[in-house]
Amino acid sequence: MFRRTRYLTQAIAKVLIWIAALSTIAVMVLILVQILGEGLPILHLRFFLESPREMGREGGILPTIIGTLVLTAVAILFATPLGVGTAIFLREYTRESRIGHIIRFGTDCLAGVPSIIFGLFGFVFFVIYLNMGWSILSGGLTLAAMILPTIISTAEEAIKTIPYSFREVSYSLGGTRWQTVTRAILPNALPGIFTGIILSVGRSIGETAAIILTAGSSLVMPTSLFSPIRTMSIHFYILAREGISMDMAYGTGAALILLVLLINTVAGWLLNRYIRHRA
Amino acid sequence: MKADLMKIYLSWFFSILLIFLQIVGCQRSKAGITVAGSTSVQPFGELLADEYMRHHPESHIYVQGGGSTAGIEAVKSHAAKIGMSSRSLLPDEKNLYAVTIAKDAIAIIVHPKNPINDLSLTRIKQVFSGKTRSWNELGGPAHPIILVSREEGSGTRESFQKFVMDREEISLESLVQDSNGAIRQVVSNDPNAIGYISLGLVNEKVKVLKISGVEPNVTDIENGTYTLVRPFLFVFNDEPEGEAKSFLEFVLSQPAQYLLSKEGLVPVLKRSGK
Amino acid sequence: MEIQEKIIEKILLLVALSSIMILGLITFFIFEEGLPLMWKIGLRAFILGERWVPSQGSFGILPMIACSFWVTIGALALGIPLGLACAIFLCEWTPPLAAMVLRPAIQLLAAIPSVIYGFWGLIVLVPLVRNYLGGPGLSILSGSLILGFMILPTIISISEDSLNALPPSYKQGALALGATHWQTIWRVLIPAARSGIVTSIILGMGRAIGETMAMIMILGNAVKMPTSFLDSARTLTTNIGIEMGYASGDHRHALFATGVVLFIIIMLLNSLAIFLSRRRGG
Repeated sequence: MFRRTRYLTQAIAKVLIWIAALSTIAVMVLILVQILGEGLPILHLRFFLESPREMGREGGILPTIIGTLVLTAVAILFATPLGVGTAIFLREYTRESRIGHIIRFGTDCLAGVPSIIFGLFGFVFFVIYLNMGWSILSGGLTLAAMILPTIISTAEEAIKTIPYSFREVSYSLGGTRWQTVTRAILPNALPGIFTGIILSVGRSIGETAAIILTAGSSLVMPTSLFSPIRTMSIHFYILAREGISMDMAYGTGAALILLVLLINTVAGWLLNRYIRHRA
Repeated sequence: MKADLMKIYLSWFFSILLIFLQIVGCQRSKAGITVAGSTSVQPFGELLADEYMRHHPESHIYVQGGGSTAGIEAVKSHAAKIGMSSRSLLPDEKNLYAVTIAKDAIAIIVHPKNPINDLSLTRIKQVFSGKTRSWNELGGPAHPIILVSREEGSGTRESFQKFVMDREEISLESLVQDSNGAIRQVVSNDPNAIGYISLGLVNEKVKVLKISGVEPNVTDIENGTYTLVRPFLFVFNDEPEGEAKSFLEFVLSQPAQYLLSKEGLVPVLKRSGK
Repeated sequence: MEIQEKIIEKILLLVALSSIMILGLITFFIFEEGLPLMWKIGLRAFILGERWVPSQGSFGILPMIACSFWVTIGALALGIPLGLACAIFLCEWTPPLAAMVLRPAIQLLAAIPSVIYGFWGLIVLVPLVRNYLGGPGLSILSGSLILGFMILPTIISISEDSLNALPPSYKQGALALGATHWQTIWRVLIPAARSGIVTSIILGMGRAIGETMAMIMILGNAVKMPTSFLDSARTLTTNIGIEMGYASGDHRHALFATGVVLFIIIMLLNSLAIFLSRRRGG
């Protein structure tokens, strides 16, 4: 009798777990089907290459695509050197030291700060205090701060997995620390670092709250780093809320999803190839 | 071997990135003006800016949202050349130069299936202050009234407050949405909802209520019978000059005003100075 | 050479301090903009005040704190069981086909931008709640449901990692003693992975409290103190998000002050999570 109860419990648990797994898959499928279903038909070459017309009812979303790309580019440009530098410092120049702990704590904390707080910060610091106005620069720098923790941790991971023997060989040949880093460590850590960058790109694309407050929402093609810009996710939000053109909204949403799908697949593939398979 | 490949990829990646940024960043800032403010005016502002830039290809007009108050602040602090406002200026803003570019009515909307067609201003006030809580007090079914309003700081909300609520507060229970379109969306989906939006944004998915028999149509707005009318303003720090003046003149011209009236606004062809 | 190395080391130190510096800057500016107002109104009036009517100078954020609290609880109520179940599924019961579908599904759930979640919730979930459960549909319940799915990937991935990190002897020992598979999982493995699972929950909580865009679209944003899960309300984040664009003067400072409260809550949660994860040897 005892036996039966145990196996009954197990059977029930199994069923419940299957339901859980299936409903998770179901929700994802539902979301994809809803957005892509309505949005894919809207996507054609003109959608990607034209600017919006008629208050957003016609035309395409080119300025927002450019905006998303440029904003992400600026963020990566600033965050990568800082992030990789930090990772190098943490891994090669200190060991379990006080400073290392403090830096790690700071990085982990930064990773947890919600995007609206970054938005408030970016607004008061970049837009107002440094007088950059609502611009690509303000938005990009804010975004850089947001992706910094990701770059630091992936870079650290990548550097960590490089066997100590690499360093040994370099030092025994008389190399200095910096030479070791630049010639033995970094080149081999590059794939991992690259993956971190791709992951950050994926995150940046979905970022909305912080960008609205720092890069503005102007729909015009940018002419300089100080122009305001609207990203695809902001455009989607505005279109979906204003209800001016649901078609365009769905189209933008579909484009967004395809973009993150693409980036995620690439990142996942890279992750598997270069990081997980390092014994 | 793999590392070399990666190195090549990465260096290509970064060089393309840098070249791209150079192209975008090195373009000298053309004569651009920023127009910021009310999200109600924003779509019309964008429309006008588009039209203007079509005739003046060397100009750049950046239209931003942010809200009427933010737009006026931006003008005061010179962050923007032109501010858009969907409410009239407050006493401490009176030293700015404001021009009415169009008139917009505020429409009270309900779900198309809602049996109510007409309410008096007093009734509307009672509804939005939370005193009247159920539709059956107005002759409808016994369902609770769901209020939908704009957020604090919105020009639309302030105009509504001024024209309808007077001293009374909008009920704290009302749903709050951050754009006219969002209010329209909620009302069009919920048979028990009532809200207020810009007349220019009304479509067949919602029903506009008459106020004591008066409908918000162009005639009744222009002759003042429909009272929930607010100005769309362009606000300047001083008498506008240069590009800003040129844009303003365009906005007040016949073709631009026609464009606005096609979108549901009431055109205006005279200026109001300080 | 030596000098060059020293210089490089110092430069790298500075670079590495960047994350601390940024954190410091954020803290400084948020507090600088928000604290004066909190003193002006009084800490009690601000945090315990129930009325948020900026046009009248009333800045009480208790309704927002309550809503953030309830929405998070709701999200966890959905996210923890579902997340744990999926983690167990991936670790212990992996018919290869199902795992091949579930894993990418979870990664995708993690990657979808929050505005799309919000939009989907608005189109699909809100009408369901309104038609079958009553109320305006735009409610804490709807928000919790969507938020639950948004934090799933966080809970799943960290729980899965901690389950996988357990020494195989735990499982083998339990099975050898005659326990069923489920008994092993429920009574041996999960308790052993307890601290990792708790960390994942705390991180999920942090994510839930910090979500803005999707919540603006789904919660309805009423300002009143919520009394039921079907009520509309606004969280600390949506309060900032929805009014920030329009605010000036005291109103704007009050929003920053809301940010201060939010920041403190998140920092406490984060520190807790970091402490816990370090303790188990992270």
